[in-house]
Amino acid sequence: MINFGYSINKPRVIDIDRNNLHKSNEILREMPELQACIGCGSCTATCTAGNLTSFNFRKVHTLVRRGEYQGAYEEMNKCMLCGKCRLVCPRGINTRGVVMLIKRKLGDF
Amino acid sequence: MKHVIVIGGGIAGMQCAAELARGGIRVTVLEKQSDTGGKLRNWHKLFPSLTPAGEVLGGLNHTLRRLPNIDVRTECEAAELSPRRVVLATGEELECDAVVVATGFTLFDARIKEEYGYGIYDNVITSADLEEMFNTGKVSTTSGAAPRRIAFLHCVGSRDEKVCQRHCSKVCCVTGVKQAMEMKELFPAADVFNFYMDIRMFGPGYEEMYREAQQRCNIHFVRGRISEVSPTIDGRLQIKAEDTLTGRPLKIGVDMLVLLIGMRANDMNAVLEQRCGLERQTSGFMRPRDQFLHNTESNVAGIFYAGAVTAPKSVGESLNEGTAAARGVIEYLAAKECTDNSTIDE
Amino acid sequence: MNMKRSSWTEYQKEIADDRYYYARSCIRQNFFPGSEKAFLNILGKDLGRDIFDDPLHTSCTGIGYHSDIVPLETIMTVVARQFALMSEAGYENFTSSCITSFGIYTEILSTWEEFPETEERTRENLYKATGREFSKPKNLAHTSDVMFHHREQIARQARRRLVNVYTGEPLRVVEHIGCHYAKIFPKSGIGGSEFPYVLAGMVEAWGGEIVDYPERRHCCGFGFRNYLVQANRGYSVANSHKKLESMAPYKPDFIVCNCPGCSMFLDKWQYTIAEMEGITYGANGGGIPVLTYEEMAGLVLGYDPWELGMQMHQVDVEPLLDKMGVEYDPSAKYLGRNGKYIGQPERALVNSCSQDTLYKIKR
Repeated sequence: MINFGYSINKPRVIDIDRNNLHKSNEILREMPELQACIGCGSCTATCTAGNLTSFNFRKVHTLVRRGEYQGAYEEMNKCMLCGKCRLVCPRGINTRGVVMLIKRKLGDF
Repeated sequence: MKHVIVIGGGIAGMQCAAELARGGIRVTVLEKQSDTGGKLRNWHKLFPSLTPAGEVLGGLNHTLRRLPNIDVRTECEAAELSPRRVVLATGEELECDAVVVATGFTLFDARIKEEYGYGIYDNVITSADLEEMFNTGKVSTTSGAAPRRIAFLHCVGSRDEKVCQRHCSKVCCVTGVKQAMEMKELFPAADVFNFYMDIRMFGPGYEEMYREAQQRCNIHFVRGRISEVSPTIDGRLQIKAEDTLTGRPLKIGVDMLVLLIGMRANDMNAVLEQRCGLERQTSGFMRPRDQFLHNTESNVAGIFYAGAVTAPKSVGESLNEGTAAARGVIEYLAAKECTDNSTIDE
Repeated sequence: MNMKRSSWTEYQKEIADDRYYYARSCIRQNFFPGSEKAFLNILGKDLGRDIFDDPLHTSCTGIGYHSDIVPLETIMTVVARQFALMSEAGYENFTSSCITSFGIYTEILSTWEEFPETEERTRENLYKATGREFSKPKNLAHTSDVMFHHREQIARQARRRLVNVYTGEPLRVVEHIGCHYAKIFPKSGIGGSEFPYVLAGMVEAWGGEIVDYPERRHCCGFGFRNYLVQANRGYSVANSHKKLESMAPYKPDFIVCNCPGCSMFLDKWQYTIAEMEGITYGANGGGIPVLTYEEMAGLVLGYDPWELGMQMHQVDVEPLLDKMGVEYDPSAKYLGRNGKYIGQPERALVNSCSQDTLYKIKR
């Protein structure tokens, strides 16, 4: 192999055909209300951790739903479980439950 | 007996004609197609209640036939009109005392959005095609197989400057939700994805329907517009979009893509503007005298509007406008008779 | 490709039939030098058209312009000078060999149309700098448009077809249009930007079959300032990588390109990808041959592949020549004018052909 001084960028695309949606489906089966998210961002706006770190709860659970699990567990670990997000969610999603569920299901990723 | 011509035998025109006849007015309905009912003839079920379109249409047709003094002329097109006279495409002239324009809308031609491959690739269909499939009971891919993954694309020919359709067609959002649910019902094992820019659930029960689609029916909603559709080697369709809520491009192979086509203004509206002195909006739809108190009147006294000729509207709204326009006509004719009589008295 | 509708018929443009002023391409004449010569020969000798190759004309400076080195006013003046040379030579139909240039010409003409003051300023600049005055071309076409225009006549004069001589099946061809051909102004390209027909039309007319693969419209990754800066090359090559990954399952016999930059990149990036990641995309374990449309037309008309300059390709073209039934002298591959040995490339992963020792003997 020759080193030309650069590497070939890996695609950033979310490839639904290649992603294994098994875990994602499992999560949604256990907590179907997560699918009712309308992406308003209230959870992230009010998030204690998200205001001080790069943690974005809305984005992480959306990625998980698309089968992008890498780093989700580590991200969810940033959550302080304060519960404010659950208070503001207009769809009544048990957001703290989502954090715990994703951590439980995706510890291996 | 006063005579009013209703141009367009769609639902707004039918409702308006019935209401006028009830008010003791002789009505002539001019319908371009071979039968009344307009676009609803090809629709299967109506949101959000899933009422069969045939039920609504049957009711309207029944009323129309039952009432006296309604003459429905099918395969008959108006070429020019004024408050007292309508000239048909054949050159025949009809006298009247007022005119209601209920000519509706034109479905956006999805072939114009070439990047979606409608009319080019198999299994790219429109929302109207899907309703026809529901009607015939044969819903499948072109090969006759049950689709395993179905995508809906919202806003095809709506909110799109590139095809000169800047307006929102309003009813496609909820149609997309409705059809996605119907497909999920037919093919419970299939994954259904809706690609949208905004989900505009404006009517009663719509938002609830949307939530049910998400939570109960497991329909995936991806906020992002499809940029391109291509065929894959295994005969499926590859779709590219941005999943804007994660900020990453997304691609997915599907067996069927349904384009939720919008409503655009009829080409005839330009003729109404040029030859009949009626005003049009920038969207191409006709401009009512004002949006609040005179919503079913045109800028010309004696010419009225009902239904989607002035803007995209739902079935319920169009029916209401049919009634409202008829009331307006009756009031107009009464007031006119009053002034005419007083002129004679002098 | 089984398309139910010919979108291209809705996007047609007028292409002059004869008397062209020819503007060369920097990249094409350096990387595919035989192509421009072939184009002039095909137009002039095979088709009997008048085409003028003017030694006075220059680069359009498009590479510099797209790399933020040449300012807009300068490139407008350069373009104006080309037009002035065209008028001086007594021609009205301008044809450019390069997609970048073609994009620049169409964009500048349209800028002058929309903002007449920029045209006035350009006239002034050109006059001050060179004492020349210019008229705008009556007809502007890319050279592939001109080739497309004559595709039926070429088909009638064809010595070979784009057909596999062993199986009798049409050759499977991937066509790549180049972004600046129709993505700037869809109406400036035959078939528009979504279903461009300029190359597809030639391929179909000459017996081949177009492959409609998912990343057909994706950019090759050329992008000027991206490949020019080493640190950015990773995402430049990633674009070609994406296309090659997408087309490989269709097992295309060759790729034909509209744009000189794309021809170069799709050819040479195959080498880069092979050397960096060990992946090759051709059916025979080597690369997928990449042709210019001049080379494709030349082969159809019976030109010698080495006369067409096909030894300059990174990916060996011999497997394609064999499929097409082209007779060629393997030992003459690296012999230039007057039989002089021109050197040969190092062995690489994308090269599928045995490196014949004959060259060494001749040397």
